[in-house]
Amino acid sequence: MALVLNEEQRLLKDTAKDFLSENMPVEALRTLRDSDDPTGYSQQQWQQMCELGWASIVLPEQYDGLDFGFMGLGAIIEESGRTLAASPLLSTVVLGASAILLGGNEEQKSSLLPKVASGELTLALALEEGHHHAPLDTAMAAEAYDGGFRLNGNKSFVVDGHSADKLVVVARTSGTAGSADGLSLFLVDGDAKGLTRQRRKMVDSRGAAALSFDNVDVSADALIGELGQAWPVLEAVLDRGRVCLAAEMLGGALECFERTVEYLKERDQFGVKIGSFQALQHRASLMYIELELAKSVLFDAFSAIDDKRADLPQLASLAKARMNDVFKLVTNEAVQMHGGIGVTDELEIGFFLKRSRVATQLLGHSGFHRDRYASLCGY
Amino acid sequence: MADLDQFRLEVRQWLEDNCPASQRLPITREEQVWAGKNKQFPSDDAKLWFERMRDKGWTVPEWPSELGGGGLDERQAKVLKEEMKALGCRTPLFDLGIWMLGPAVLEFGNDEQKQEHIPKIARGDVRWCQGYSEPGAGSDLASLQTRAEDMGDHFLVNGSKIWTTNADKADWIFCLVRTDPDAKKQEGISFLLIDMDDPGVTTTPIELISGESEFCQTFFDNVKVPKANLIGELNKGWSVAKALLKHERKLMSEIGGDTPGPSFGPVQAALEYVGTDENGKLKDAALRDQLVRHEMAYRAIGLTHFRTFEERMSGQADSNVPLIMKYVGTEEGKRKEELLLALLGHQALGWDGDGFNEDEKLTTRGWLFSKALSIAGGTSEVQLNIIAKRVLGLPQQ
Repeated sequence: MALVLNEEQRLLKDTAKDFLSENMPVEALRTLRDSDDPTGYSQQQWQQMCELGWASIVLPEQYDGLDFGFMGLGAIIEESGRTLAASPLLSTVVLGASAILLGGNEEQKSSLLPKVASGELTLALALEEGHHHAPLDTAMAAEAYDGGFRLNGNKSFVVDGHSADKLVVVARTSGTAGSADGLSLFLVDGDAKGLTRQRRKMVDSRGAAALSFDNVDVSADALIGELGQAWPVLEAVLDRGRVCLAAEMLGGALECFERTVEYLKERDQFGVKIGSFQALQHRASLMYIELELAKSVLFDAFSAIDDKRADLPQLASLAKARMNDVFKLVTNEAVQMHGGIGVTDELEIGFFLKRSRVATQLLGHSGFHRDRYASLCGY
Repeated sequence: MADLDQFRLEVRQWLEDNCPASQRLPITREEQVWAGKNKQFPSDDAKLWFERMRDKGWTVPEWPSELGGGGLDERQAKVLKEEMKALGCRTPLFDLGIWMLGPAVLEFGNDEQKQEHIPKIARGDVRWCQGYSEPGAGSDLASLQTRAEDMGDHFLVNGSKIWTTNADKADWIFCLVRTDPDAKKQEGISFLLIDMDDPGVTTTPIELISGESEFCQTFFDNVKVPKANLIGELNKGWSVAKALLKHERKLMSEIGGDTPGPSFGPVQAALEYVGTDENGKLKDAALRDQLVRHEMAYRAIGLTHFRTFEERMSGQADSNVPLIMKYVGTEEGKRKEELLLALLGHQALGWDGDGFNEDEKLTTRGWLFSKALSIAGGTSEVQLNIIAKRVLGLPQQ
């Protein structure tokens, strides 16, 4: 168990902070939004991030990775949450690449992962079908067809799904919705015949898409892992995603909190700083407490990934549920404590509020994770 | 690290060889060995275990060995704690002197005072209690009025202290007293040690909602106290008190470790008193949600304890994190008691007599007692004030 960063990881975090505050402040997200950017992130900045090694950081050396571990990646992602930096880091490096790394065969790994590492290839995980995160409820059908597979069905809320070069698609090759048996993962080209991709304009100004599969045919080697046995791989991929997303949310919540505390020290009303009011002080202290507890959980969750611990599912649910709740608390309080300007588009606090709710629904809301944690603990 | 591993093996071996089997079972309140002139041992095994640990200096593992301590560093002490926990070894000796006064004497006392008091605490010869709060000085501790007048060769003490835990059983009391009534609040306070046998000291127990009477009120009526009993400088007792409060809050944040309570935790109680459905889920969805919220919070708090330790060890100490632990430990502790009460349903509502087993009665009493946790040692509201001021740097009114 490691609950502190080592020297190298701290250095990495500082570098990320410098790069992000210089090149991708919250203002950059506003620009993407106002210019109606079709991708939802800046290609040029993504290439810069790749040059810094962020796309290769957790990949093994044999696939041109740095093998630096998730603790390091988590530190970067936390910093990216502070500036709400839009990038395909989560969709490509965490979710997509993990699916290939944990489930794929040697051929798939050696042909695709180096391209992820270099920034040539972006990925997206096509999972959700309903209104809430429910991986077991996958109904989308993949049938054996002409030596390969034929996919039919719809996917929603696919992060970066409209822009990704390749999709990792969760589909059912047997069984019925609700069952862990019969799920399979397929690699599908973003421009495959029969695939329609529609970008949805989300409240957080980031990229997500609705995908429709109408007789999309893939060859047999598009299958990732064993036919019908994708569940354990998918769970492991999702848990990595949940922890990394929680780290982004921690960064966002910390930034939002610090800006709010600064405001309490600046704003005068009734002839005094409003931060001198006990009604606000106690609420600020409570947020600080929640954030400190969250930091500890995140550290341990990243250790659980890096040390390949068996309790990762518990830690992932612990981390995601806590950050859902804390980010919600902090963004709501931030708006309220800023008063009137808190509800203006000019103030950046609103961007954090919007991101928090999208991130909450992504990969499981708190109820989902508390239910999962309880079941994992046997009650 | 290799040295520490070696130390761990030695500790484990020693504990296995020296801790009697009966001293590895969960402890009840009656079985605790408290320090004092007239120590009571519930069994011969408890006496043996206490004596062996005392002779090793492990009643106070981190104190200097020349003063009766174990001379261990923080890492070694943690190893000892972990190994004792792994074997289920009971805490051999209970005393406020160990948890609170000792560290303050080691930090602020002169050599004579250390020689006089530290070995006695380490050996459990004296039972200590604390005299801080007064009827008119609770959260506003610095407004305390108990007066210690300088009479040349001694102090003359008059006043009263409240919430003096176990004062009716204690041999000595460490007190905050006002030595300069004209100075500003915090500045005229001194830290004084008083023998409970001195003429003029009387104590009355206070009955609590839980039916217990651990807390007392202690009265001082023209009590003569030798000047040698002043710890730290005259009128500078507030800094001693603050250092000592830190120890108290740390202790309270870890509460639950060694406090006697029912033999079950929330999960076990839930399975037993609520039961599960065919999918293995707790039958009552609302209680299940309450339970899992508590379990998840508890885990986060435990990880934060570890994190503060690791931060200290790696020299990246963020001194602010310990400030939150009193608040989170006691607030979550109260939630745990409320949860147990809800899980046991009717069975946690008994007061006495038939129809309720010991665990159930302990749950009821424990729930009532837990209300004091977020009041004693600085209320939760005071803790939030401290965080706002010291950590967040928010302006004061």
